[in-house]
Amino acid sequence: MLKTIIVAPLVLLFALFTAQVAAAPKIEHWTTANGLRVYYVPAPELPMLDMRLIFAAGSARDGDKPGLAMLTNSMLDKGAAGLSEDQLAEQFEAIGAVFSSSTSSDMGWAGLRTITLEKEQQAALDLWLKVVSKPDFPQKDFERVQKLTLVGLQAEKQDPASLGSKAFYQALYGDHPYGQPENGTEDSVQALKVENLKAFYQQHYVAKNGLLAIVGAVDRAQAEALAEKVSGALPEGEAAAALPEVKPLTEAKTVKIPYPSAQAHILVGQIGNKRGDEDFFTLYMGNQVLGGSGFTSRLMKEIRNDRGLSYSVYSYFAPLAQLGVFQIGLQTKLEQTDEAVKVVGDVLGKFQQEGPTAEELEASKKDVSGGFPLRTANNSQIVEYIGMIGFYQLPLDYLDTFTTKVNALTREQITEAFTRRIQPDKMVTVIVGGDEK
Amino acid sequence: MSTAHAIERVKVEVPVHEYKLDNGLKVLVKQDKRAPIAVVQLWYKVGSSYEPNGSTGVSHVLEHMMFKGTEKYPTGEFNRIIAENGAEDNAFTGQDYTAYYQVIAADRLEVAFDLESDRVRNLTLPPAEFKKELEVVKEERRWRTDDKPTSLTREQFEGVAFLNSPYKNPVIGWMADLDAMQVEDLRAWYERWYAPNNATLVVVGDVEPEKVLELAKKYYGPLKPTENIPPPKPQTEVEQKGLRTIKVKAPAELPYILMGYKVPAMVNAKEKWEPYALEMLASILDGGNSSRLSKELIRGKEIASSASAWYSGFGRLPDLFSLSGMPTKGEKLETVKAALLEQVEKLRNEPVTAEELSRVKAQVIASEIYERDSQQNQANVLGSLETVGLGYKLADEYVDNILAITPEQIQAVAKKYLIEDSLTIAELDPQPIDPNKPKNAPRFER
Repeated sequence: MLKTIIVAPLVLLFALFTAQVAAAPKIEHWTTANGLRVYYVPAPELPMLDMRLIFAAGSARDGDKPGLAMLTNSMLDKGAAGLSEDQLAEQFEAIGAVFSSSTSSDMGWAGLRTITLEKEQQAALDLWLKVVSKPDFPQKDFERVQKLTLVGLQAEKQDPASLGSKAFYQALYGDHPYGQPENGTEDSVQALKVENLKAFYQQHYVAKNGLLAIVGAVDRAQAEALAEKVSGALPEGEAAAALPEVKPLTEAKTVKIPYPSAQAHILVGQIGNKRGDEDFFTLYMGNQVLGGSGFTSRLMKEIRNDRGLSYSVYSYFAPLAQLGVFQIGLQTKLEQTDEAVKVVGDVLGKFQQEGPTAEELEASKKDVSGGFPLRTANNSQIVEYIGMIGFYQLPLDYLDTFTTKVNALTREQITEAFTRRIQPDKMVTVIVGGDEK
Repeated sequence: MSTAHAIERVKVEVPVHEYKLDNGLKVLVKQDKRAPIAVVQLWYKVGSSYEPNGSTGVSHVLEHMMFKGTEKYPTGEFNRIIAENGAEDNAFTGQDYTAYYQVIAADRLEVAFDLESDRVRNLTLPPAEFKKELEVVKEERRWRTDDKPTSLTREQFEGVAFLNSPYKNPVIGWMADLDAMQVEDLRAWYERWYAPNNATLVVVGDVEPEKVLELAKKYYGPLKPTENIPPPKPQTEVEQKGLRTIKVKAPAELPYILMGYKVPAMVNAKEKWEPYALEMLASILDGGNSSRLSKELIRGKEIASSASAWYSGFGRLPDLFSLSGMPTKGEKLETVKAALLEQVEKLRNEPVTAEELSRVKAQVIASEIYERDSQQNQANVLGSLETVGLGYKLADEYVDNILAITPEQIQAVAKKYLIEDSLTIAELDPQPIDPNKPKNAPRFER
């Protein structure tokens, strides 16, 4: 309903599933007869229900077929149990239900949002079960999705941010599955066949390889009944094997990609951490000070406030099942590229050696603990969180203990963790923009 | 035609408490106790459509400068205090408004009131800060528009679709205007528009309305109103006299087409139902995966990789009903253009079916509930409606008005407004991204 909105003083919101709350939602957990883990939070206030079925079926499982996981996931609603995509879409929309699905490097998931009137909820659930448990993978639709994926790949070539991001992951991970593009390459996507997708689906979209997150106006008994129906529709299967470990970089790398843009897109970074990592809290809080807290971070202060070099500058750790990335990013007009890269290096180097000041750490603790209730204020956020907690099998009190853990940290612990985990002389630097010199 | 809806409507009505301070500040409060937080927004009745030529972007640059300090809270303090309280804080500028918000633990509401009320009147606008911040805004412009071929096309499209309506100018401003901007321009803009009697305070969350009013009186009450705030000149768009077409050349991989018809807005519509019929029309074309553009252009004929239709009647001035599309691999832009025009033609010639209408209505009914999941959305609706002059009460009538629309009314607005004489078409003509290195192969360096 709102028109063109320009959100001005920045802040890129990264869904890092991190900071937390004072009165966190209490997560209930159980496992169904055939091995599907269930995570449930009641939210009786609004007559609506969100469910998310998540599998260890992300792009890191692509093997030698980059794009396989993503295409498999995006084919779910393109035909199921004999219904065409038109019919599925019509039936979902006729009852106001919303189907959603997506992949990341670790996960492939399918979601449902419905109102909880009995008739609509039942119809939405039945339809959703067809989509998640009986997809048909019609050949004709597959070919269309394949073509659309190729157009998407082409579109990335006109987007310096995408070019930079792909080059960054490639330089950082090399042959590790996390280095492969989620949406594949032109060659790999063209080579995919429906049979590949069916095989991938049959292996990965199974009870023991997944979990169900439920948030909404259903009580525990109803949630259990829902979970039984969902798991009953899935074969038991096997959990996927652990992903290979990530090897740290042994030397610095710089990648330059010429591009006729007004700005250079700059990414600097390295291998980061894992979910459940013992350094998770130290790295998280250190990064809050460095570049993770928006307007008050050091990078923002040095790059944007003091020098006016960039609209956006950030840093983050993106923990995954295996080591994720630590990334610093910004954009600046081409003539200022060298200056910006130097300031980033200086800020990071200083922080890596000295850590946060006592004042900075204190301020960050207040920020993170005070902001705790904001993180789980609505059903969309809660379903996202419990999905993450369930997927990485983090403790069920993860949200409750977050603030306590953060508040117990010392400057020394943070500095020590940054010294151990970040090697400033082995960073990857990607610069998109400008001519080849 | 059936008036029965596909799904039953679940009414979840929550009253909005409305107050007005002596200095003219409007206060709207809506309770939502699902989480111990509150969304606090201050909306000013000023945005890019208030700006004269040569000063485009001034509302947005001023918005940036609102974070650069007052006597009481000098540069940097605002953000520091917000962070200290774990709040989220930002602002946005649109064509018709400039708004500031905090999302904060409900028991710290007073912090937001203290900070926000202080900068209604006491901004210092330090020249050195302005100089740096203007560079930040230029980077923002490069990032949002200059380096994005589709955004660039949209900007040029709007510049051509409107001759004299201020909707022709980008919210972020033209680069030449940014280059020429002075801190004095901001000061004048600030003094002219930033006043309690030109603003609406919206609070949604786990709050007690009476307590909010008390806080508003304490912090905003002492602010002096500005006696005479002359409204902007009308700048009513002259009637279009025939098809307008442009080509936009930019480095890009994919062509893109954008089309827009001149249509009325809720504020000025002589027939009150027409904007609702236009909204339904947009939903018939592009309201979910079962809508016509998805079904017939993306699937069906398989000619487009994306296609969309968009209309919003919530502006202060009449705007466009727009359609856009991108061909899929191996298809021509011309084909997509013809298909979009054919869709319009069909809407003019035949009424939509009962099934289609009922599906769109089911989505409207469900969205009424889903939208309540986000406190920010709820606040946005109240604040924007009030600020463009429609009044927040419209939010309550909106769904009823939408559900009352008939196939005949949809066909009638298609016939009346989606005509070639009020159409503007922009085509993105992709230029090679780098003639020497067309594949953008990364070069590795040590």
